Amino acid sequence: MTTLIEARHVTKIFGGGVFDRNATVALEDFSITVDSDRPSITAVVGESGSGKTTVARLLLGLVTPSRGQVLYQGQDVQTMAHADWRAFRRDVQVIFQDPYEVYNPFYRVDHVLTTPVSKFKLAATKAEARALIEDVLEAVGLRPEETLGRFPHQLSGGQRQRVMVARALLLRPRLILADEPVSMVDASLRASILGSLRKMNLERGISIIYITHDLATAYQISENIVVLYRGSVAEAGDVELVVKQPQHPYTQLLISSIPLASAERTWSGESASAPAIQATGATGCKFADRCPSATPPCLQALPPLYQTAPHRAVACYLYQSAPALATGEMVSVFTGQATLKKGISGQPGSPGEAQHAGV
Amino acid sequence: MKPDVLRVRGLQVYYHTPLGAVKAAEDISFSLKAEERLGLVGESGSGKSTLALAILRMIKPPGRIEAGEVWLDGQNVMTLSEEEMRQVRLARIAMIPQGSMNSLNPVMRIQAQIADALRDHGVRMTKRQVEERVRDLLQSVGLKPEVATMFPHELSGGMKQRACIAIAISLRPKVIIADEPTSALDVVVQKQVMETLARVQRALGASVILVGHDMGLVAQFVDRLGVMYAGKLVEVSPVRDVFTKPLHPYTTLLIATLPSLEQKGTFAGIPGLPPLLRDLPPGCAFHPRCPYAVDRCRTEVPHLMEGRPDSWAACHLLS
Repeated sequence: MTTLIEARHVTKIFGGGVFDRNATVALEDFSITVDSDRPSITAVVGESGSGKTTVARLLLGLVTPSRGQVLYQGQDVQTMAHADWRAFRRDVQVIFQDPYEVYNPFYRVDHVLTTPVSKFKLAATKAEARALIEDVLEAVGLRPEETLGRFPHQLSGGQRQRVMVARALLLRPRLILADEPVSMVDASLRASILGSLRKMNLERGISIIYITHDLATAYQISENIVVLYRGSVAEAGDVELVVKQPQHPYTQLLISSIPLASAERTWSGESASAPAIQATGATGCKFADRCPSATPPCLQALPPLYQTAPHRAVACYLYQSAPALATGEMVSVFTGQATLKKGISGQPGSPGEAQHAGV
Repeated sequence: MKPDVLRVRGLQVYYHTPLGAVKAAEDISFSLKAEERLGLVGESGSGKSTLALAILRMIKPPGRIEAGEVWLDGQNVMTLSEEEMRQVRLARIAMIPQGSMNSLNPVMRIQAQIADALRDHGVRMTKRQVEERVRDLLQSVGLKPEVATMFPHELSGGMKQRACIAIAISLRPKVIIADEPTSALDVVVQKQVMETLARVQRALGASVILVGHDMGLVAQFVDRLGVMYAGKLVEVSPVRDVFTKPLHPYTTLLIATLPSLEQKGTFAGIPGLPPLLRDLPPGCAFHPRCPYAVDRCRTEVPHLMEGRPDSWAACHLLS
C-alpha cells in the first residue's frame, strides 16, 4: 500500500516559549493516513476547540508541527523541494468554511477560476480555459452562463461554495480537504454540496478529508471517521461502527446529544452526566472530568488507542483488554486499506493483529 | 383546551430598500396557547427572525410593520404607545435574541446586568433582595450563585446563554421568544441549554416560540411546528404530524434534507434556490422548486387552510 498523505504522531503546541506559561496543546499525537490507491472519504469530527482546523492547517503545510511529521507521498511537507511543493499545492486542494470571505468583492467570480488556470498553465488558449471552467462548474451543478460574469454578492452562499468546489476540481487534485464546507449553508443546499463532494470521490477518484462538527453529515458521506476531543483522538474507525455502536464515553455522549429530526423524540430526560471522579491536573484522559465511568487510572496518563475491532480503535481504559495500537505498527483501522497508527505505551501488536486487520 | 396567550393576525413586515420593498413577512397568522411550545423553522431569509422581532415591535427602519395585529392577553400591542410597549417587553413577552450571549455587557458583572433589567421595569428592591432574586434566577437556570459576581468573559458559551435565559425570565413573562438560542454552541452544550429552557418554561408556566433553522433541534423541543418559506408561514402542524404526514411539499422536501444517523443515503437537497424577497414569483412562492406545481400555483397565492384538524398549510393541492 502506498500512502497519499500521512500525519505521523503530530503534536501542535501554540505559544509556550520560555517565558510563556500559556502554551496551548491544540493537537496531541495525531495520526491519519489516506491511501493513494483507493480514493476514500475520511471525516474528522470534533467540537469547537477540538483541534479540527489545526488538523487541516497541518495537513496543508500551513503550520509547522511541534512534533511529528506530515508526509505527502513520502516527503515531509515542511522540507520538500520547491518543485514538489508546487505539485503538492496542486494535488491537494482545500475548501474553507466561509463562502463569503474567500472572494474579493471587487472581482467577478471568474477570477477565482481563471487564476489557477493561468498559474498552473492548465490551458493553452482562452477557449480551452473557458471549456475547462464550464466543465467543472457543470460538475458541481452550476450553470456556467448563470455563474460566470457575476460578482460574489450576486450569488447565494450555496452557489459561492459550489464555485469553490469547482475551483478545487479545476486542478484535478488527488485530495480535497474540506474544512466545515457546509456549516454556513442552508439545509436545502447542504445536501447538494456534500453530494458533489461525494461525486468527485466516486467519479474522479479524489480522496476527501471532511472536517466538521456535524456528526450526522459526516456519517452520511464518509467511510472512515476520527472523533477528536480537546486535541486527542477519542475514537476512530469505520463510520458505521463508530456511529451505530459508539464505545468511547465521549462519542456516546456526543451521539446522544444530536437532535434528530423525527416524529419520535430522541432526547429523553435530563442529561445527567455527572463525573464519577473529580479530575485534577492536566495529565490523563482529557474527558475524565466529564466522564461518568472515569476511574483513578484515567487521571494518570492519556489512554492509548486500543483496537477493539478490526476496523476501529478507542482511546479509553475501559477497553484496555484489547491490544493497544503500537508505535510504528501498521495496523489497519480504517476499512480495508487506509491505516491509522498511533501508540504511546504498551505491547507491540502481535503479527496476527495486522493480518486480521487487513480484511 | 387552554386559552390563547398570543394571537398574531395578518402580520406584514416590509424592508424598504432602494431596489424595492423586501417582503420579509407577509400575511402571517397564528396563535399560541398557554404553556405551549411553538417552533418556527425556515432557511435563512425566510423571515423567521423578522417575525420574532415584529411581535415585540422591534423592527428598525428601513423595516416597517405594514399591517397586522398582535393580541397579547386580549390587548393588541400594536396600539400601545412606545413607552407602554417598552414595559410589555421583558415583563410580558421576553426575547432571547440570536447570539444573545455576545450581547452581555463585557464590563458589567452578571448580577448588575440582571438588576439593571429589573430596575428598568420599575421593580424596587433593596440590595439584599436583589442579591436573593439573582441567586434564585441563576439557580433556576442551573448556574452557581458565584456566577452573579463574575464578568461575561469568565463564563463559557453555554453559561452565558443560561445567564441570558435568567435575564429573560427575571420578570416571569407569559411568553418567551427564543431566536436561535443555541446557535454557535456545541451539541452537548446545546442539549443542556435547551433542557434549561424547557425547565424554566415549565416552572413559569410560560409559552415559548422557538425560532431556528435546525429542524431536528426545534422538533425535539416543541409541541407544534410552523414552517416558513419566503416570508410566509406555509405549514403549522403538531410536531409529530409534520414528520409523519407533512402537508406542504416544501415541508416534505425540507425533512428530506436532514441527515439521519440511522440510515445512509437518506439525504437530498432541494433543487433550485430560494427566491429573492423583493422579487417574489407570482402565485405560490415555492412553485419554481415544487415538483407538484400545477398551473394554479403559478398565478394564485395559496392561503393557510386546515388540511386536518389542527394542521394548516398554504398549498393549492389541499383544496
